[in-house]
Amino acid sequence: MNKEGMGSSREIVLPGDLLDSGGRMKAGSGTYVQDGRVYAAQVGIKSVKSNFVNVIPLGGRYIPTPGDSVIGKVVDIGPSNWLVDINSPYPAPLHVNEVPWRVDFGDTARFMNVGDTLLAKILMVDETKRVQVTMKEQGLRKLQGGQVVEISYSKVPRVIGKGGSMIQMIKNMTNTRIFVGQNGRIWLDGDIENIVFAIRAIRMIEENAQTMRLTERVKEYLESVSKPAPAEGSESR
Amino acid sequence: MARAVMSEIKKDHIHKLLAKGRRVDNRAWDEFRPITIQPGYIETAEGSARVKVGNTDVLVGVKMTIGEPFADTPNKGVLSTNAELIPMASPNFESGPPDENSIELARVVDRGIRESQMVDLEALCIEPEKEVWIMFTDMYVLDYDGNLFDAAFLGAIAALNNTMVPAKANDRGDDYPLPIRHMPISVTAVQIENSILVDPTLDEEKVAEARLTVTTDENGDLRAMQKGLAGAFTLDQIYKCVETSQRLGNDLRKLIG
Amino acid sequence: MGGNSNVKLISDDGIRIDGRKVDELRPIRIEAGVLKRADGSAYVEFGKNKVLAAVYGPRECHPRHMQNPAKAIIQCKYNMIAFSVNDRKRPGPDRRSVEISKIISEAFEYVVFTENFPRTSIDVYIEVLQANAGTRCAGLTAASVALADAGIPMRDLVPSVAVGKVNDQVVLDLQKEEDNFGQADLPIAMIPRTGEILLMQMDGHMTRAEFDRALELGVGACKRIYDLQKDALARRYSVEKTDEEQPDEGAPADAQEG
Repeated sequence: MNKEGMGSSREIVLPGDLLDSGGRMKAGSGTYVQDGRVYAAQVGIKSVKSNFVNVIPLGGRYIPTPGDSVIGKVVDIGPSNWLVDINSPYPAPLHVNEVPWRVDFGDTARFMNVGDTLLAKILMVDETKRVQVTMKEQGLRKLQGGQVVEISYSKVPRVIGKGGSMIQMIKNMTNTRIFVGQNGRIWLDGDIENIVFAIRAIRMIEENAQTMRLTERVKEYLESVSKPAPAEGSESR
Repeated sequence: MARAVMSEIKKDHIHKLLAKGRRVDNRAWDEFRPITIQPGYIETAEGSARVKVGNTDVLVGVKMTIGEPFADTPNKGVLSTNAELIPMASPNFESGPPDENSIELARVVDRGIRESQMVDLEALCIEPEKEVWIMFTDMYVLDYDGNLFDAAFLGAIAALNNTMVPAKANDRGDDYPLPIRHMPISVTAVQIENSILVDPTLDEEKVAEARLTVTTDENGDLRAMQKGLAGAFTLDQIYKCVETSQRLGNDLRKLIG
Repeated sequence: MGGNSNVKLISDDGIRIDGRKVDELRPIRIEAGVLKRADGSAYVEFGKNKVLAAVYGPRECHPRHMQNPAKAIIQCKYNMIAFSVNDRKRPGPDRRSVEISKIISEAFEYVVFTENFPRTSIDVYIEVLQANAGTRCAGLTAASVALADAGIPMRDLVPSVAVGKVNDQVVLDLQKEEDNFGQADLPIAMIPRTGEILLMQMDGHMTRAEFDRALELGVGACKRIYDLQKDALARRYSVEKTDEEQPDEGAPADAQEG
């Protein structure tokens, strides 16, 4: 099952499972060391890369890392900042200096309000896990229209697929625009029927993330539901 | 219950789908989610049922003891209904004494059972003014994805329906089934932008303007109602909800057996 | 403990009233991931005990003054539902459930890498649906699986079991009648791999020799329960052997817009 020398296997590990006993490998993410041995700290898939043994988590909450692109939701508003829920244990303040608009003190609600959705980047995370996000980069903006769905952040790589193949297929076959945030939130836009099909394809991936022939099955589903309708705006009446 | 912020995009999506006559999970407006009922789930209860309506999961149990009747109903057993929105069921439920949501839930279920005269309370009198059976119906929400009213009500009637009166353990002869006379069913619908949707999911509830629970008996007669939330219904919408409750009530009643 | 050793609960050939031998566990069933809303969950049956556990978090800690700037706090709430016992229990916490909640929280503080999540709370809810002695052990066993299911980093899974003394004999995993009329009760929870004991209570009367024997039985049983915990998680996360193109780990979400 596991190609020796390829440096990667598909072994499921649980907290307390021994990953390396001989001190041959270094402890990577999702692991811990006790008495010189490396153990799994999380439910996940064991992965060995350049002498590090890691556990790729199969569950758990999203923990922000600087540079991650995330989809946030405004949950509170102050005179010079917004408080953004990024689907992690830590809500992230977005300061008026970190948005692409000039916002006067106390004027924040004119730009974004509670319940609004935005595309942001993790700017920094300090040692006590205080997070700041920014929208001051190209492409980062307030999102309007479409639909937002949530999946476990651990399934994000599966939804994206190797080199983006899975998400590209869904986009092409449903004629929708899709943005996958690393925090497990996905924004889709396009014709509403097509959005519904794309969401169902994403749910299929979420529920069957560990199963065989996933790409083929998603493709079969998308072929079965339609020739997707043309892009937004040109819907027939 | 802490109120979670609902994303505007999600609200708009529900509205846009409704404009096309569709729901987020592709159900018809008058269609319930899949329902499973496991009667007799708990052995330590006199009667019990675990009910799932979609992802909403409720466990109901009935306990009976002997006690004194109320002074104004000296020859009737006593009915007591309680609901617990435990923090296991939702990130927004908190521990503590029952809040207004759990009290409303308990009272709406209680009214449906009481006003339909589902249980023959006079048959639960042991000695007038002295001893009657007291029935505690406790409802626990384990997983919350909308429409607690109908899930809890189904749980309550399914639990009562398999309740054995614990006579033997109380030196009152042999155990016997709780005397059931009627089988009420509640059906809850919400109104969103003039659409009526039966069995709302949590997301639909968050968008809903008004909610109406209609409890009918096996003859289609009305036994209890509760309008909730800050919106209003037109009279036509009320009639529609009543007719839907009568019609769906007949289907749901068959699940109780 | 009733301490009444006149009630005969073990036959002369060493068989208990439910047919078990003195060193035998009740049938145990464990399922992981049984609730939709919770971040992690588990269901456990120990004989006639039915217990559900759910985990939320790590999440923002409320009330705020409970926050620890250096680590997550674990807030466990053990509760028995009203009809889980023969005489209806009034809903809400009592002194017993507050104490049990505290010692279970403390047991998990040791295994969870709380320092990974400063200022947060990891909330563990244990609901006893049907009780038949040993509910704190069943609850802790379930909660441990629920924590792993929630993806919480931790040293190991924690199994738990009670050992007791009935009719002057040390017996494993007391059920209700044995608990009511037994002479001693010793619930434990541990990490089998390291032998570290994370929970221990005792009431009743045991000689030193009986205690040693009880601990030996308990440790052996914990190892068996540990295997069942692992099996439940393995079933929940089982992988069909796959071939298919694996996604690049940590695939950049950038440039995923079309």
